[in-house]
Amino acid sequence: MSEEAPAGKAILVASAILVAALIVAPFFAYPPFVMQALCFALFACAFNLLIGYVGLLSLGHAMFFGMGAYVCAHIAKAWGLPAEVALLGGAGVAATLGLLSGALAIRSVGIYFAMITVALSQLVYFFCVQAPFTHGEDGIQSVPTVSLIPGLDLTRPMVLYAYVCAIFLAAFFLVHRTVNSPFGELMKAIRDNEMRAVSLGYRAHQYKLAAFTLSAALAGLAGALKVLVEQNASLSDVDFSTSGGVVLMTLVGGMGTLFGPIVGALVVMGMQTYLAEYGQWVTVIQGIVFVAVVLLFRRGIVGELAHWGGWSL
Amino acid sequence: MRPLYPRARGDDESLLAMNALAHITTQQLGQQLLIGLINGAFYALLSLGLAVIFGMLSIVNFAHGAFFMVGAFCAVFMLKVLGLGYWWALVFAPLAVGLLGAVTERLFIRHIAGLDVLYGLLLTFGLALVMQGVFQSQFGSSAMSYPVPPALQGPLNLGFMILPIYRVWVVVFSAVVCLLVWLAIERTKIGALLRAATENPSLVRAFGVDVPSMITLTYAFGVALAALAGVLAAPILGVQPQMGANIIAVVFAVVVVGGMGSILGSVITGFTLGLLEGLTKVFYPEASNIVVFVIMAVVLLVRPAGLFGRAA
Repeated sequence: MSEEAPAGKAILVASAILVAALIVAPFFAYPPFVMQALCFALFACAFNLLIGYVGLLSLGHAMFFGMGAYVCAHIAKAWGLPAEVALLGGAGVAATLGLLSGALAIRSVGIYFAMITVALSQLVYFFCVQAPFTHGEDGIQSVPTVSLIPGLDLTRPMVLYAYVCAIFLAAFFLVHRTVNSPFGELMKAIRDNEMRAVSLGYRAHQYKLAAFTLSAALAGLAGALKVLVEQNASLSDVDFSTSGGVVLMTLVGGMGTLFGPIVGALVVMGMQTYLAEYGQWVTVIQGIVFVAVVLLFRRGIVGELAHWGGWSL
Repeated sequence: MRPLYPRARGDDESLLAMNALAHITTQQLGQQLLIGLINGAFYALLSLGLAVIFGMLSIVNFAHGAFFMVGAFCAVFMLKVLGLGYWWALVFAPLAVGLLGAVTERLFIRHIAGLDVLYGLLLTFGLALVMQGVFQSQFGSSAMSYPVPPALQGPLNLGFMILPIYRVWVVVFSAVVCLLVWLAIERTKIGALLRAATENPSLVRAFGVDVPSMITLTYAFGVALAALAGVLAAPILGVQPQMGANIIAVVFAVVVVGGMGSILGSVITGFTLGLLEGLTKVFYPEASNIVVFVIMAVVLLVRPAGLFGRAA
């Protein structure tokens, strides 16, 4: 327990900084940008649950993010149901998709797993191109945001901001609890030595599938949350560049760290937003960052920080 | 008196119509199968290169699609800047891209040898983004056309159907190249060395073979195959920066279906899946984009290591 204490303290301090940053952020940054970054931060946290704690590289996570977005937008717009139902619906469908695709992909490891996720996400992409409810190239536009909670007017920017922050923090807490639960310990055990975990009597496949499904559900929630922020769902949510983007965010921030994906999402989103005027050169810069991180600092920003300070972040 | 066959004349007409339909369908079927085989040829060349690289370097070359695209652009540059046509491009574009691949391997990929294989995927993914981004910022997203060489223009009449010569050429030429590569790896001394170095690099090194150079050459050769596919594809698909990104996911599915272990397996799977994709275009066009992925899912359920792969 005495060893656990400083680790917990570092996380507590970092969490306090995170909450404080969320409170002051709208005074310094454009709130829609912060909310967008939060959606992608949640997406990256979901992705990190797999790569960081189970050691599975999914290169098709946009299928869950995009599906979550489409389902949420459809529920809110076509069925006219409140935002909470739409969010849960998006996360639920993404979880189901995660369970199905996970059952296929989990049987393979390493690069095979990665290639299978690429192919499956392409399958989902083409489904979304052709399925009538996604409206193809047009996407689902001007999605209404109505809360179940009386008096909560999500069309007011600051109310929406608080709402998105609350959901983000709740989901982030869930990730934190998962990683630090017995289940989380098992995930890490499987990552470090799957054979050993199996020989100790743990059904590694089932744990991996559970982690994959949880990751998919959270990615779907992130996509659904993005719909609340942007009021639209489109093909770009489900396409490959989104899958690649979340990998980059997690890599830059630090795989296997709790706060890394958040920092990474902020950096990558900042790059995309503030370098947008350079057009396609943003892709080049992202590629260079990718290469640089892989070659030079594989721990990522938070990972390097944690290593340098001896903290557990 | 009522005629025995009151609609005999109508039947005759519909029979004629059906005949015409059957004729068109044979022609269409042939066309689509050929298009399927052409796509299959690209899948085969690309997955062959991936398999060769994976065998030697243990990395999945995500930049493979980008090298395919650069190969096609090389053909365009050679034509527009140097005035060198298709046949020159068929030789020099793969050489140029192979050189680029060798430099890439020396500069970047070498440094992650021995790390988790996932880093290879991430690194080459980053490299693919750089290449694609550079071409996109220079040439936009619209496709440039590349002419079919004069010698291969025109139709080929097989009696029962008429096919464009160029498309037949692509299929036959790719099949021959794949066969030659397979023979070179399985039946020649260099191939034997390559297989030995794949199996046990340190032992081969102890025999005085320059394994690091072999790795560089293998990578260069693999991406040269991708560039060759790019040149072949240029007159058919058009040349645009996204062309590699569009095809790489399908090629990954092909590799998963075939299994990474087998060179011949990747070639056969490439052609077969292309053909099945072409058939789907005829009978159920809505599914033609996803059929390869569906087949992959089914194969994974039955044989997780792929059709020709060894269990990991």
